[in-house]
Amino acid sequence: MSRRTPAFVPRALVAPAALGLAFLVVPLVALVARVQWSTLWQDVTSPAALSALGLSLGTGLVATVLCLLVGVPLALLIARSGARAAAILRAAVTVPLVLPPMVGGIALLFLFGRNGWLGGALDLVGVRLPFTTAAVVLAQAFVALPFLVLALEGALRATGTGYEQAAAALGAGRWTVLRRVTLPLAAPGLVTGTVLCFARAIGEFGATALFAGNAPGVTQTMPLAIYTAFNGAGVSQGTAVALALLLLVTAVLVLVLVRAWRPEAVR
Amino acid sequence: MRRRAALAALLATTAFLAAGCAGSTAPAASTAASDELTGSLTISAAASLGTAFDEIAAAFEAQHPGVDVRPISYDGSSTLANQIIEGAPVDVFASADEKNMAKVVDAGLAADPTLFASNTLVIVVPAGNPAGISSLADLAAPGATVVLCAPEVPCGAASQTLLANAGVTVTPASAEQNVTAVLTKVAEGEADAGLVYATDALGNADVESIVPDGAADVVNRYPIVALTDAPDADAAAAFVAFVAGDEGRAILARLGFGPA
Repeated sequence: MSRRTPAFVPRALVAPAALGLAFLVVPLVALVARVQWSTLWQDVTSPAALSALGLSLGTGLVATVLCLLVGVPLALLIARSGARAAAILRAAVTVPLVLPPMVGGIALLFLFGRNGWLGGALDLVGVRLPFTTAAVVLAQAFVALPFLVLALEGALRATGTGYEQAAAALGAGRWTVLRRVTLPLAAPGLVTGTVLCFARAIGEFGATALFAGNAPGVTQTMPLAIYTAFNGAGVSQGTAVALALLLLVTAVLVLVLVRAWRPEAVR
Repeated sequence: MRRRAALAALLATTAFLAAGCAGSTAPAASTAASDELTGSLTISAAASLGTAFDEIAAAFEAQHPGVDVRPISYDGSSTLANQIIEGAPVDVFASADEKNMAKVVDAGLAADPTLFASNTLVIVVPAGNPAGISSLADLAAPGATVVLCAPEVPCGAASQTLLANAGVTVTPASAEQNVTAVLTKVAEGEADAGLVYATDALGNADVESIVPDGAADVVNRYPIVALTDAPDADAAAAFVAFVAGDEGRAILARLGFGPA
């Protein structure tokens, strides 16, 4: 909308640019337009919606905690490795990010499933993961972990090791350096990564559908409830639209949070 | 300190996961406590059984207050069968055809399913029939948007047989994973026609149904079985008996299902 179009952008590109923007924004406006505001509260608080919402938030939080427990050390490792090792590690972390989540779901099933590599051993000790709430958490963590690792790794690499070396030279131990220097410096990246990780976790559909299934109250998270509602089984369509709106609002909030934490966003 | 925080996080994780696996509500009190059945039932049922099984489950809980029937998973029978074969913890499985039930039986997970109902196909069109569909042949008309069930789910297999018998070739705009998905697309007016079960179209004001020629020759039979390693075997067996018994059959008949 600003009229200060940079001179190096040809005028002719404004039309396709506007088309592209409209293509991204108008469908979401159409979604909001379909919301039944009069029954929104009822739809969001219907038992099916509340169970999906509670399950999504709970599993999303646990998945995010799991991602932090293993993702922060992994990001540190990558950021402080040599160039070649870091490139290999980064590629390994990025694969699940560009992989269709459905494929991730199948992979998880073939690892933890009844006939999977680990599934048989787990079965012996009486642990069955697929089609349980734990499977939802694993599916979410699998797709969300790369977001956290890459965001944090980028921040760690950007801050460099100068301050860490100074702290170490002054006698600080490794843990002290990590706690007092490294992580505070990378805090914006850590927060951004955590928020993105959580958002990706609660939006997860494909891997969950294949690895955890679609059992109401056990594995039916919000995206699955929305999908099921549009298949006309179980949840009502009004509920589906309400849940979709909820996810949209969540996404917008995530964006706002991430922006607020960007150092360059400080006004 | 740090270790304690990590431990706390792990404990919280474990507690949440445990809570997710814990049972839910206490059943409503009832006077008809003629037995001492207890436990909770996890049921996977064909999408076309949605309305019927919700009602049957409520009636079953009223008769057996010690049993808690968890919210039932409704989906395409092939999806449910695959989940069970891959280890989904399910006590009772009701399929919309014998083929998908056979997959579960052949995997050694269940034995001797009981047939309890039957169903036939109808052409379903949006209210007002905007495309003027009246026969199976009309589904092949160019310009008619038709949705069908995917061939691997029972309604899809039956649809293919029905169309083949009539010598009609239809290219569906979409092959859906379960019958309710087809019904929804038609009810929304996104498709001009679809093939669903007679019971799905009943009582849905957004659609009209047309019984095509040859519908009576393509009958789907519904088997139900308690899985061999159901934790509450007695409750699972009782539910199967209830569905196939007088109360279950009365509810199914009222909703338009044929006899087994």
